Amino acid sequence: MQKHESVTTIPPVEVHDLTVSYQNKPVLWDIDFTLPGASLTAVVGPNGAGKSTLIKAIMGLVEPVSGYSLIYGKPLEQMRKKIAYVPQRESVDWNFPINVFDVVLMGRYAHLKLFRRPGKGDREIAEDALRKVGMLEYRNRQIAQLSGGQQQRVFLARALAQQAEIYFMDEPFAGVDASTEEHILKLLRELRATGKTVIVVHHDLQTVSDYFDQVMLLNLRLVAFGDMKTTFTAENLQKAYGGRLNILSQVIELSRKAEFVREEGHE
Amino acid sequence: MNDFITEFILLGDPNIRWVLSGSVLFGLAAGALGCFAILRERALVGDAVAHAILPGVCLAFIFTGDKDPFALLIGSVIFGWVSLVVMDYIVRNTKLSSDTAIGMVLSVFFGLGVVLLTYIQSTGNVNQSGLDAFLFGSAASMLPEDVKLFGMVSILVLLALVFLFKELKLVSFDPGYASVIGYPMKRMEFLIATLMVVTITAGLQAVGVVLMASMLIIPAAAARYWTDSLLAMLIIAAAAGAFSAIFGAAVSYGVPSMPTGPWMVVSCAIFFTISYFFAPVRGEYRRKRQRRLLKKKITGENLLKVFYKLYEMDDNRQKGRTISDLVKRRNMKPGELKKSLQHLVKNKWLNHYSGNPEAWTLTDAGFDEAKRVVRLHRLWELYLTQKLDLEGDHVHDDAESMEHMITPELEAQLIAILNNPERDPHQRVIPGQNGSNIAEGGK
Repeated sequence: MQKHESVTTIPPVEVHDLTVSYQNKPVLWDIDFTLPGASLTAVVGPNGAGKSTLIKAIMGLVEPVSGYSLIYGKPLEQMRKKIAYVPQRESVDWNFPINVFDVVLMGRYAHLKLFRRPGKGDREIAEDALRKVGMLEYRNRQIAQLSGGQQQRVFLARALAQQAEIYFMDEPFAGVDASTEEHILKLLRELRATGKTVIVVHHDLQTVSDYFDQVMLLNLRLVAFGDMKTTFTAENLQKAYGGRLNILSQVIELSRKAEFVREEGHE
Repeated sequence: MNDFITEFILLGDPNIRWVLSGSVLFGLAAGALGCFAILRERALVGDAVAHAILPGVCLAFIFTGDKDPFALLIGSVIFGWVSLVVMDYIVRNTKLSSDTAIGMVLSVFFGLGVVLLTYIQSTGNVNQSGLDAFLFGSAASMLPEDVKLFGMVSILVLLALVFLFKELKLVSFDPGYASVIGYPMKRMEFLIATLMVVTITAGLQAVGVVLMASMLIIPAAAARYWTDSLLAMLIIAAAAGAFSAIFGAAVSYGVPSMPTGPWMVVSCAIFFTISYFFAPVRGEYRRKRQRRLLKKKITGENLLKVFYKLYEMDDNRQKGRTISDLVKRRNMKPGELKKSLQHLVKNKWLNHYSGNPEAWTLTDAGFDEAKRVVRLHRLWELYLTQKLDLEGDHVHDDAESMEHMITPELEAQLIAILNNPERDPHQRVIPGQNGSNIAEGGK
């Protein structure tokens, strides 16, 4: 009993002093937070605040300059299978010669060894995922023939087929139709109900408090993070979206002109 | 010439068998691998690598004093790799774009290769003859020992594509996702690059470095027109590559002084042109045809609408309508109008009026079809004014283009959303499926 409890208290995602820069331009500064399990977290902030970069850095797609993140208390490399990623829709070429079902089946690749083809069980899981997003009847469609919302749902189904514990989603609600929005929302709640942890980069401030229970306000630095009720306040929003002339952004502006180098090994 | 053809087809000469099998294996490998090159948008990188291996080939010759295929392979692989590393370095560490880096590496390495080639020719080495075949290819110059080595290389490339199909598919489609689920991306990149370098080397004698890229790019680009499945695309591209290789070898055997590379490109280009115009579904001919059919359908539907409106005016279905009646209601070119009338008669939607061959009446089926188009037009107008708050006098043109697209399911939805409407924004009756208007038809 006690053992079980100690497992569940390990936070799904911990981020420590994470700093990321692109071509010597700082994008994220000293991000530090611990995500509670079975939660729906929205990452919110103005354009260029580093929202996508944050989740990419946690997933190891972007190399941080300093800092690190842990997945269930362990380094990312050991925990890859526990992480599912729903990238931005624009990140792939939708003219690629592949059909809906094959894309969703890719979610199973995380569990397949080199050279091994997906088996019957994998196909059933992929079908199930497609059914959950209401796309089973489109399984044989070439992906270019789908609407934007349907494409987004295919990406979601792929992540579901992976049967992960933590889901990172990059703007899944961007430019989708009402039916897709409902599907995604229903899924998010199902995931939370089954104890999964979901982190969503979100752009629509109107819906944040309805859709999510945790919110992270980001603008190059972590402005605020916590329960929706206490954190999603006018004051915090002002801090994240307004106040461009604060000293940090001036320093960043300066360092963008010069080359940004961070000393290593300091704490 | 006839002797040559029979000999070639019957594979009488053992040398032909060697040349052919080597070329075919290379064609298969290049065509299939090229699919991944173009899908990953790395086609030009292949071109640069192909040019960049020339100095490797020349250095191998200088060191061994011979055209030893194994030395050539080593020299090419090293220079192919160096060119890839240099391109990568330039993109990462300068502000130059990748096409600039590709252009620089291609020309500098190729230039170096030409210098070395010229140097070799000036030394008067007896084995040098035929070395310039590496520029434009000469399939006939392939010796059995060349074919043994390079054929083996091609087979290995094909095996790698078969066994790693799943991995290559994911990495090509969504590298970010592949990385997140733990694919060793650096090793995959290395593997793909190595496959490309060795495939290019395998085709060195048959195609030559200058036109090598065409064998990687064109079969794959053409294959994309025939299918939406990656596996089928690979098979078609491989077949096209093999066919071009046979074609090139045939030319080379028939006219030994003729370089093979250009002829392979020609046959690839022919295949591409055929694919572009005539491939089913994605080919241009099919697309044009479908556009024409759609236009014919729209014109016909518009004409049926005119017949229906004339019927609404005098409530006489049996009356023949002449061309001048029709033109008064809708401005159409006489040629277009006549064609469309013929089309509607052929579809049994119109009959020639018995009293006058230059007049037409609606058949029963035509009447129903006309009613359907008018119904959709008026429903759509009503929808635009009620739900999108557009002014009544602005909606006609919008409805005109949409009414031809509305499916029966959408029609049912429209009727439900609008609560079985009786009249359109202009107070004209919306004809129902059975009764005179939708409200009656619904009962």
